[in-house]
Amino acid sequence: MQPLAKLLEAALFAASRPLTLEELASLDPTAGEHAVRAALAALRSAYAEDHGVELTEIAEGWQFLTRREYAETIERAQFALRPRRLSPAALETLAIIAYRQPVGRLEVDEIRGVDSGAVMDKLVERGLIEVVTRGEGLGRPLLYGTTPPFLEILGLKDLEDLPRLEELSVALRRPTPVDEPE
Amino acid sequence: MTGPIMREQAAFVVELEKFSGPLDLLLHLIKEDEVDITDLPIAKIADQFLAVIQDLGLNQAADYLEMAARLLRIKAQMLLPRRLGDDEWEDPRAELVRRLLEYQQIRELVDWLGHAADVRAERFGRGYEAPPPDAPPAPLQIDLNDLLGAAERVISLIPEPMLHRVVPRPLDVEGATAKITALLAAREQFGWSDIVGRGATIVDVLSAFIALLEFAKRGLVTLAQPEPFGPMVITRATPREAA
Repeated sequence: MQPLAKLLEAALFAASRPLTLEELASLDPTAGEHAVRAALAALRSAYAEDHGVELTEIAEGWQFLTRREYAETIERAQFALRPRRLSPAALETLAIIAYRQPVGRLEVDEIRGVDSGAVMDKLVERGLIEVVTRGEGLGRPLLYGTTPPFLEILGLKDLEDLPRLEELSVALRRPTPVDEPE
Repeated sequence: MTGPIMREQAAFVVELEKFSGPLDLLLHLIKEDEVDITDLPIAKIADQFLAVIQDLGLNQAADYLEMAARLLRIKAQMLLPRRLGDDEWEDPRAELVRRLLEYQQIRELVDWLGHAADVRAERFGRGYEAPPPDAPPAPLQIDLNDLLGAAERVISLIPEPMLHRVVPRPLDVEGATAKITALLAAREQFGWSDIVGRGATIVDVLSAFIALLEFAKRGLVTLAQPEPFGPMVITRATPREAA
């Protein structure tokens, strides 16, 4: 393995969170971004098989993660525990915020048909969403967006990893006249 | 209160707590009936919706009642006569249908996100740290008067604190347990005073407190005290609610 790849391997091993390309590139200022990308690719294929961990692109960065097939055994031994599952209400709220961000509480309430204040407070507390700006409307409402930890708990590389709305099976069926308000 | 009910046409069970809101319940009814969402049989759906929310306890009554009112208004509007081939006619269901379709899309995303989170949860990163326990409560910011006031409030609930006389009065923990069980069945959240009421004896207070601690230990309720020496808030524990 190239020295650069070994350096990246060491850094990724030491870090307890995903490291961005920028952070990784800062390890060796003489190596260009291109070389870092190539080294990461080499590292990933080196771990592609014959290893219990794999190099994963996640939350706009890179991280070594254990392979899925060992989850149960590791958990049974209590070396690590799966995080608590998110409630349906939390997932609903996250889905709306992920696709509509920046979005205010009122719009989330509107779409869900129920008051979402408590759920949103909890999501803020867990760092999965945050206030990103204020709206123009009455009272300049707080507008929320998703955070890197949101990508991390879902195992997403970036927001582009979310399914496109038109890929969903329930594509909004427009042709029927009932479908058009106003 | 939120016990299952059977509906006559198809013997299926509806539990309102299963639904995250009125739109979710509506979608469920639409799916059960296998009707076209864009051509909603509003009268039928409205009746079913009302039947469900009437028979079940409501924790988010306002949201469900608002939807019930909306459904009835649309039902009424649909009954108004209209001229054949009237192009200007605006379908009163349009806005509801739009919201339902939008919400249905969100539900599909929920499935997708839930699956993604499950898959991610099976992969552990380096430097794993156990999820942090809930933050310990902030240190109490109180003075002597708060303490005395709180003590006074508790003592004032006891009509005659006959502390000098030793009477063998066994604690009635079973009785208190039954009372709390009944309260839990009826309400999601209640306060300390709902259990002991006014004019409780010191034995009642102690019994209720021990019973309550037992409930908390078994994870059936969560106890919270929003402010030092403030009234205690007892909430039915619902594991699903953990966000």
